[in-house]
Amino acid sequence: MKEKIVTLELAREHGLTDEEFEKIKKILGRDPNFTELGIFSVMWSEHCSYKNSIALIKTLPRNGGRLLVGAGEENAGLVDIGDGLAVAFKIESHNHPSAVEPYQGAATGVGGILRDIFTMGARPIASLNSLRFGSLESAHTRFLFELVVKGIGDYGNCFGVPTVAGEVYFDESYQTNPLVNAMAVGIVKTDQVASATAKGVGNSIMIVGSSTGRDGIHGATFASEEISEKSESKRPSVQVGDPFTEKLLLEATLEIIKGGWLIGIQDMGAAGIICSTSEMSAKGESGMKINLDKVPLRESGMIAYEIMLSESQERMLCCVKKGCEDKVKEVFEKWDLHCEIIGEVTDDGMLEISYQGELKAKVPAYDLVLGGGAPVYKRETKRPEYLDKKNNFDVNKLPEVDIYNAFIKVFSSPNITSKKWVYEQYDSMVRTNTIVGPGCDAAVIHIKDTNKALAMKTDCNGRFVYLGPKEGAKIAVAESARNIVCSGGVPLAITNCLNFGNPYKPENFWQFTEAIEGMGEACRFFDTPVTGGNVSFYNESPDAAVYPTPTIGMVGLIENLENITTSFFKNEGDLVYVIGEDFEEIGGSEFLKVIHNEVAGAPPKIDLQAEKNLHKFLLETINGKLIKSAHDVSEGGIVAALAECCIIDEKTLIGADITLPIKTREDFSLFSESQSRVIVSVSPADKDKFEAAALANKIPVLNAGRVGGSDLTINKRYSFSLEKLADVYFNTISRIMNG
Amino acid sequence: MKKPKFGVVVFPGSNCDYDAYYSLKKVLGYDVSFLWHKDTDLQNSDAIILPGGFSYGDYLRTGAIARFSPIMEKVVAFAENGGVVIGICNGFQILLEAGLLPGVMLKNKSLKFVCKDVYLKVESDKSIFTNTLENKNVLRIPVAHGDGNYFADEATLNSLTENDQIIFKYSDENGVEHEEANPNGSLLNIAGIVNTKRNVLGMMPHPERCCSGILGNTDGALIFNSVAKSLFN
Repeated sequence: MKEKIVTLELAREHGLTDEEFEKIKKILGRDPNFTELGIFSVMWSEHCSYKNSIALIKTLPRNGGRLLVGAGEENAGLVDIGDGLAVAFKIESHNHPSAVEPYQGAATGVGGILRDIFTMGARPIASLNSLRFGSLESAHTRFLFELVVKGIGDYGNCFGVPTVAGEVYFDESYQTNPLVNAMAVGIVKTDQVASATAKGVGNSIMIVGSSTGRDGIHGATFASEEISEKSESKRPSVQVGDPFTEKLLLEATLEIIKGGWLIGIQDMGAAGIICSTSEMSAKGESGMKINLDKVPLRESGMIAYEIMLSESQERMLCCVKKGCEDKVKEVFEKWDLHCEIIGEVTDDGMLEISYQGELKAKVPAYDLVLGGGAPVYKRETKRPEYLDKKNNFDVNKLPEVDIYNAFIKVFSSPNITSKKWVYEQYDSMVRTNTIVGPGCDAAVIHIKDTNKALAMKTDCNGRFVYLGPKEGAKIAVAESARNIVCSGGVPLAITNCLNFGNPYKPENFWQFTEAIEGMGEACRFFDTPVTGGNVSFYNESPDAAVYPTPTIGMVGLIENLENITTSFFKNEGDLVYVIGEDFEEIGGSEFLKVIHNEVAGAPPKIDLQAEKNLHKFLLETINGKLIKSAHDVSEGGIVAALAECCIIDEKTLIGADITLPIKTREDFSLFSESQSRVIVSVSPADKDKFEAAALANKIPVLNAGRVGGSDLTINKRYSFSLEKLADVYFNTISRIMNG
Repeated sequence: MKKPKFGVVVFPGSNCDYDAYYSLKKVLGYDVSFLWHKDTDLQNSDAIILPGGFSYGDYLRTGAIARFSPIMEKVVAFAENGGVVIGICNGFQILLEAGLLPGVMLKNKSLKFVCKDVYLKVESDKSIFTNTLENKNVLRIPVAHGDGNYFADEATLNSLTENDQIIFKYSDENGVEHEEANPNGSLLNIAGIVNTKRNVLGMMPHPERCCSGILGNTDGALIFNSVAKSLFN
């Protein structure tokens, strides 16, 4: 690559607007040179600057609860869990890279989020992922699905973090623009938390880990535009992952943090060296002099622009106390990793980048970063026209269908069936903390040397958000919390990955605005603040934006291991209760899509107070050891949820004889996806106590039948053999994939 | 009773080293030391564990580089003198590469990584790893690997069988071997074997992952306890 003459035209090619280019000139008091143009273009890209989202993100609850470090203050939020420990967790998207290079795109998504966790001094203890693809009937989807799963697996398995939970949905909306959201959870001693800052004139700046190559240059810019036919040519913008090096980097990083030699440390992800140097300087209200000659390179002939913007993976930037450099070097040498001093801290707030004897860039760090001089916009909003048409869809005109066959069809939908084909490719047990692995409502991870565990889950129903962004976002929060509670945990906090379309289209920004409002309301209501996350705009295919998908990653605390609750029925003769009310809501349901090929209607209503009451009641009865299983009713409706209770524990299938009330239409009642509903099983001996607790809490519970037998029988009319259900549930995806 | 001391080797890329350490020390109460791959001191260990993981990323061939680590020279000498060595998963692959056990590992038949609980039939109780399993002859232990498909030529397989060197075979929960119970396509459903001197065990499943009651399964502890009892009774 050669340096180019900077013109307005070149600035536009870099994704900068004319106004932004003017602003850069004003900041510098002159025209930027080529390197500086590159620097501003990535730092002011949507991906790094959050310029179109930050104003709204700031309306979300970002403190309170047990939060130690709030959103945006560090690489990931921190939540106090007692015993001198805190949990760090965050979710991030890698959608565009995964669309054009699914294996590396997904792998480096996992790698990036793991670094966000261990750069804080936290050891990753679990990994989760939330995936959206087009229809599995498409060969292209199967290609993406296969390689994304392999990418996630190969990275996490080699790194040595258990991948324990997540979700996978298939819908045509995501056909050309899949969503790959990776979440990581780590544990840190509260007195060993590292900060992403650089200060103290004369302290050393060191680059550690892998060498720097040309991979991923302008990855951040690529993430900030729509996927199109031209995107294939962006494949070189996708980074290449090396989980083995990341594992060594983890061990070395935790060792130097423990050593006490650091001022601060930050991982290098999007926008590589420029992002970490500018953000650490800005946070420490300092500057840096950087000499790129010292950066270990893996290719020859790289120019300053490329070195600054490279997104080569498995690298960190450290600010090391003067005099401690050798200690740090010793650790990295032990782990056979690069470790070089590339500069020092200054006090003038400027980033001065030199290379091969020339000053290549001189820019004020503060003006580059989010929260500093990076632009902040409020975009135009417009309520999309599709909404009225979709919401007014008259479900009553739908013909009634044969329930038995409809159920088998809905239960065979890959959106409902077990993701066993996926999670058996992930090491879900390494680190020996996995008490409840993939397949239940939430994963449960033991915190060693304590009697506590963490419950964790990701959740979002994109169809609901599409049909009603505010309600849909509330539902995503409520359902995550419900999953945590069903596992015996108290919801602590959330991280979010906001996957939306191009924010310059007013309809998309309206969806975004509404979703943020709904999410904020729900988070405040459940006292689950946002620890951080990521915004991914420009998720569009040639036809339209993907369904707005604000994925929620939630972590909850189980104070006593005895409270861990699983979703499946345990013993013959136990009573089955349905908690919560049905309102025959089939808008946006799996039934409507699978049986009538419609994504329409209004999403289910969510009554946050009813949801909160449900959580209180469930936690009370779990504490009192009154319930033996708990499973929430979600996609597919109540019969699907009951079937899961019968078969989720593949080794011990157990049936149930159930009677459910029908309100107006049988198909609507049985396939409704009304919220705030949970199925529990209760020992007959605890019947009175359980019902008394329900009465005291004013919670509607329905004694719906008993556990037992080798069939699931509904209303004496429909009988499903467990063997058939289990076969459909556990083998559908592998049959499709093995073709 | 004197406690046996286990040494857990740490290669770059080992990721079950801490799990072995924790299970042996904190759960089962034995003495344990980590042994750094660049060192050459076995620290008076009574038994050596080569743990699971992806040594050197397994970018070349599983275990192919780890066997050249300085500590391996000592481990090989220790084994040749009758010292007890257990290779788990990647550790088994390293033992094959180091020539302490016969055969090779191919990619799983599915060509996919597989992580799940499997059942192991105890094929031979004539080993210090299996001679006191509290009368259990089928164990439930998880696997997690991409290259666990054991392969050897017919002569090797015959001698493994004749010499009673096959210790564990993949089976169903009743101890019946069949193809469905085999997670990776291993010949003869082989999950674990010993050398002819019967002091070196290689197994793909992870006993260190099932030692603690908190995780709902303690079958793995039976193997480590068997070794401990044999060493000091």
